[in-house]
Amino acid sequence: MKTNDIILQTVTKITVFIIILFSIHLFFAGHYYPGGGFVGGLMTSGAIVLLLLAFDMKTVANVLPIDYKHLIGIGLFFAIGTGLGGLIFDAPFLTHAFTDVNLPLLGETSLHTAVLFDTGVFLVVIGVTMTIIQTIGEDE
Amino acid sequence: MIEIFRFISGALILIGAFLSLVAAFGVIRLPDVYTRNHAASKSATLGVMSILLGTFVHFFMEQDHFNSRIILGIVFIFITSPVAGHLISRAAYNSGVKLWEKSVQDDLEEAVWRRNNRVRQRDN
Repeated sequence: MKTNDIILQTVTKITVFIIILFSIHLFFAGHYYPGGGFVGGLMTSGAIVLLLLAFDMKTVANVLPIDYKHLIGIGLFFAIGTGLGGLIFDAPFLTHAFTDVNLPLLGETSLHTAVLFDTGVFLVVIGVTMTIIQTIGEDE
Repeated sequence: MIEIFRFISGALILIGAFLSLVAAFGVIRLPDVYTRNHAASKSATLGVMSILLGTFVHFFMEQDHFNSRIILGIVFIFITSPVAGHLISRAAYNSGVKLWEKSVQDDLEEAVWRRNNRVRQRDN
């Protein structure tokens, strides 16, 4: 029996953008407000899971051609790289630095290397959750 | 001005709580899956939306804090909650849950029967 999923698919197309925007907001708000890499990554993978529910796995793999196992490696590399960055400037491992930069478009911005570490957490969380869900989901 | 908006936000929260209570009574009292789902998805959606709107008005007026996440939550619930109700109802119908015995009309049954007949004729 051919199922007709047009309502679910249309609503998914709209809501996925809202969820991903909110997860990016959670990720960047993490330094001053509740949020951070873990919740942001979980919510991004939640958006991808919603896509997987509404469409089949091949379609989602065409839209997002990402190998999530590579994403885990890239995230761990980010985390270790920010840790090793402290060693270059004669400081202990995982020493973070912080500075105020006047960017051309964004104005006065405070940049912290903890954001790079958080990016690593973000990527690892997306990679792990999507790897778990995809390996359970595919049964060929 | 502040007093008026205090009254408005309180009224919105009370209306929302009342509608959620009505939804809970509907889920308990109504006879089958479809009528229960109708009560739960409609009434609870409007109830939660008015509670969120009351919270938004409260924080905007009392602390001058424009919380755009509440607006986003209202929009999100308004989009997704009826779709969730639709999917639950459809899953129930497709897995063969019977309607209440006093129901008088089932247009979907006729449509499904006609579709199955068409498929059978094409296969023969």
